[in-house]
Amino acid sequence: MADAKPRVKVPKTATAGEPITIKTLISHVMESGLRKDKKTGELIPQQIINRFTCDFNGENVVDMTLSGGVSANPYVEFDAMIDAAGEFKFTWYDDDGSVYEASKSIELA
Amino acid sequence: MTYTRRDALAVGASGIALLASTRVAFAVTGEEAIAEFTGGAAAGEGGITIKAPEIAENGNVVPVEVDAPGAAEIMLVAPANPSARLASIKFGPKSGAQRISTRIRLAKTQDVTAIARMADGSFIMTSQPVKVTVGGCGG
Repeated sequence: MADAKPRVKVPKTATAGEPITIKTLISHVMESGLRKDKKTGELIPQQIINRFTCDFNGENVVDMTLSGGVSANPYVEFDAMIDAAGEFKFTWYDDDGSVYEASKSIELA
Repeated sequence: MTYTRRDALAVGASGIALLASTRVAFAVTGEEAIAEFTGGAAAGEGGITIKAPEIAENGNVVPVEVDAPGAAEIMLVAPANPSARLASIKFGPKSGAQRISTRIRLAKTQDVTAIARMADGSFIMTSQPVKVTVGGCGG
């Protein structure tokens, strides 16, 4: 899945001590391993994003384990709370060993 | 790219091996998934909410939101899915609220369940019925 394209929405500024909402999406088939190929009748092997993490300045925000039960183009929305300007780093881990990354910097208001 | 007969055989063999291993991994029922998460401990009620549609027309994309203030980790379970374990999320030191919103697949009408492991090691659990018009797990 070389065409997995991460998209991340982070506010430009944040107030210290107040939660901000982060929205992430990555284009990926999330092939569950349960679907059959219509032509051959054989199961299509599983290929999913199995882990997603978000860190801020090296400290963890969320660490998520995904399964084939998560929809294609996995969307994850969560909250972070920061007290300094810095950079959010997002990482998606594919079953095939690929790692997709995105980062967003944020200022304090 | 052209495939030789040898390539085809190799691909087929690895596919079968993969199938054999994933079959085992997929045979997880809702109860097993919950027991694995809680380690057999009983889960309390209250303090955790699921927001999901009452009726999901497309089981492939069902938006759910779980809110569990004070949780260290939340797990989502779909008991009637071929693989009940949907996702689990751990909250780190920079997390702002113990809340997760995502989209899941549901094979059929069932009670979507969320379990939270609280910071003190206790568990709370809730579930919400979702009617699924068209299932979303292939097959």
